[in-house]
Amino acid sequence: MTSESGGSEALRLELQGITKIYPSVIANEDVSLSVKKGEIHAVLGENGAGKSTLMKMIYGVTKPDAGEMKWEGQVVHVENPAHARSLGIGMVFQHFSLFETLNVVENVALGLPGNPDLNQLAEQIIEVSNRYGLPVDPQRLVHALSVGERQRVEIVRCLLQNPKLLIMDEPTSVLTPQAVRKLFDTLRQLAEEGCSILYISHKLDEIQELCHVATVLRDGKVTGDCIPSEETPRSMASLMIGKELPVPEHNAPVELGEARLQLNRLSRKSDDPFGTNLRDIELEVRSGEILGIAGVSGNGQQELLYALSGEELVDDADSIVICGKASGRDNPDRRRVGGLGFVPEERLGRGAVPRMSLTENALLTAHHAGMLKNGMIQFDKIAEFARKCIDGFNVKCGGEEHAANSLSGGNLQKFIMGREILLTPKMLVVAQPTWGVDVGAAAFIRQELIDLRNEGTAILVISEELEELFEISDRIAVIANGRMSPAKNLADTNIDEIGVWMSGMWDQAAPAEEVQTNA
Amino acid sequence: MLRLERRPEASHLMSYASPAIAIVLMLIGGLFLFAFLGKNPIEGFKVFFINPISDLWGVSELLLKATPLMLIAVGLAIGFRANVWNIGAEGQLIVGGIAASAVALYFQESEGAHVLILMIIAGCIGGMLWAAIPAFLKTRFNTNEILVSLMLVYVSQLLVSWLVHGPMMDPDGFNFPQSAMFEDSALLPLLFDDGSRVNLAFVFAIGALLAGYIFMFRSFAGFQMQVAGFAKDAARYAGFSARRMIWIGLLAGGAMAGLAGMAEVSGPMGQITDQISSNYGFAAIIVAFVARLNPVGIFFASLLMALLYLGGEQAQQYMNLPSSISLVFQGMLLLFLLGSDVFINYRLRWNREVTA
Repeated sequence: MTSESGGSEALRLELQGITKIYPSVIANEDVSLSVKKGEIHAVLGENGAGKSTLMKMIYGVTKPDAGEMKWEGQVVHVENPAHARSLGIGMVFQHFSLFETLNVVENVALGLPGNPDLNQLAEQIIEVSNRYGLPVDPQRLVHALSVGERQRVEIVRCLLQNPKLLIMDEPTSVLTPQAVRKLFDTLRQLAEEGCSILYISHKLDEIQELCHVATVLRDGKVTGDCIPSEETPRSMASLMIGKELPVPEHNAPVELGEARLQLNRLSRKSDDPFGTNLRDIELEVRSGEILGIAGVSGNGQQELLYALSGEELVDDADSIVICGKASGRDNPDRRRVGGLGFVPEERLGRGAVPRMSLTENALLTAHHAGMLKNGMIQFDKIAEFARKCIDGFNVKCGGEEHAANSLSGGNLQKFIMGREILLTPKMLVVAQPTWGVDVGAAAFIRQELIDLRNEGTAILVISEELEELFEISDRIAVIANGRMSPAKNLADTNIDEIGVWMSGMWDQAAPAEEVQTNA
Repeated sequence: MLRLERRPEASHLMSYASPAIAIVLMLIGGLFLFAFLGKNPIEGFKVFFINPISDLWGVSELLLKATPLMLIAVGLAIGFRANVWNIGAEGQLIVGGIAASAVALYFQESEGAHVLILMIIAGCIGGMLWAAIPAFLKTRFNTNEILVSLMLVYVSQLLVSWLVHGPMMDPDGFNFPQSAMFEDSALLPLLFDDGSRVNLAFVFAIGALLAGYIFMFRSFAGFQMQVAGFAKDAARYAGFSARRMIWIGLLAGGAMAGLAGMAEVSGPMGQITDQISSNYGFAAIIVAFVARLNPVGIFFASLLMALLYLGGEQAQQYMNLPSSISLVFQGMLLLFLLGSDVFINYRLRWNREVTA
């Protein structure tokens, strides 16, 4: 894999001394990087390391304050994304920009200049999708597509313009392991045809498998270049975070206590017409274990989490039993009193109020812990709680009076996690514990979860990162199309089996074809 | 080229500077307006903004006009902080005034404090009932409270017009559309015996501002409302009831507007007519926003708004301008406020041409 698969030494893209300064932070400082023709080039870095800013400058979304960009040997100033596309640069964003109510070909047409003929375009889409093994039906409505299919649409949209450089931003976070393999085949084929690929990721094993070269960013600066196939994930991680990565200690299973969460044939029709209905979910989480739930996003995780937290109620109170109490009709506050802790996937706007201070954000869920007197807030007590949370969970911030949106994603996640843990829940539900969190903070958070389990808390983790689930769970189950698989002990299963289950095939009754997110 | 660019973080400074900028721009706009109408701008400025408060009587009139504005604005601000948009305070004021008048007319022969106390209670309840309509429809059918509360203003105007032409009309009033004058027991006591018209309602207003301040910044209920205003999903996550906030938000505004209506009929008017409100319910919305939904700010913004009312009367008297000129000033104030509020989240950047 170390050979120059493009064959030519010609540089497609060369960045020299790129610097971008925002009022409060230096996003990129003196970044230099070169991409050869036909090269798959990884840009590796923790959250906030400046990867996205750098890509946005290449794609013309923002402009550098200093430095030079050369495209095929010529100095260019990319004015806007349209200019970037005309140069031959395409980008697939982490969050898709598709209109759900339009079909595939209409979505693609919207991104093209002029007024393209839809029939002709549909033929082109079919041709490109066949050539690169990206099956897409141009006439299907986007809301009916799975996340993986939506990503294919985005990629096909880029490929239609015959790009010479394709930027992929965290493309695999929404895919099953099997779909990841298919994507990699496509990317390799593109590279062989001479297209260069900039691949942004924090998943080290994928970079090792796919990429020819890697540039590592830390705090906006390049800390090193490496050839992934000659490195280990651990050595790349230490380049990325600047120190050795702690490994969570996973003790042998502790003795299981009583059931803290029981789901009894939990069914709920989604309020969202494009959502997933929950169907007959059976589950039990007991004191002293971490149960992991895997699944491709959009298969009912959101709906399950809303039902568990009480943000959406279910008619049958007995279908959700928390610490022995039928809670299906209780609101989140009542469930919290009953011993439930909940860390949602969205930190800003749900787990925390962006414009409020950390102190006020502590009050959000901690108000039962003696923070009120006759309905009045005791600010000294709540500030003390917030400080305890900041100190105990290594939250890097200016102080408890600073606003939640001034924190990085990882630090805010540590704060929210800390707040919920300090409330000593008997049952903790955590969604995407380390999503978008840097490697260092992720290891810290996983260790906290394991420690909590060792102390006897029951923990349910819903995550789309299989590696994470295999690292921390005692048992693992899969949610697909609103149904829940049986839970398996970690020792009795492996990534491949769970990967197959993620497409809904854990029993004979399940349909054999790929599961649609929103049928 | 000048370009509007999003700030990385909302500017704290600008959110407080913006009302000040809006006031200055309104004053400058006023100078141009006078000049455009063929008046001497300096003279106009003096008549409009200085003359009304050049003596103690003027200051007392200012407090009198500011009283309903303070009451209504603080009530509205409680809802606005939770994104509950009660635009119908004008109607709630009218219904509060009607309810209080009904008590006053029923107890015409009665002496004693109970008349006033019942009028206060009736005023608040009247306003709350009127505000309860949009609250019920929103929590039950998810209707838009802006539209419902606004449309109810027109219903209430027709209601009061019917009442003063019918059931509440003074039998000895030569068919004028107004009620009989209230007895002394139904009038709010004056604060000073120097002939000024400032009455007990001003004390209520100051009390309401204090209570509003404590509710907003010290109580857990106020905190919940603020969370709902900033991040709806976070409020839901925490388990704060959205219905409860809609009810609190609308009822607080309704109660205060109803009290303001009671204070009008029981204060300067001394009877009920179909001219019960001078647009206080709408002006108070501007007051609340200029004040950044903060009770301290509401105190000062109400005085400013009251000055616009008095200035309009003066301009009519001494400059031959229609009194609706004060509406023009109100409009300018709101317009400039909304305009400068843009700069809380955005800033102007000078876009240098890229040099090769």
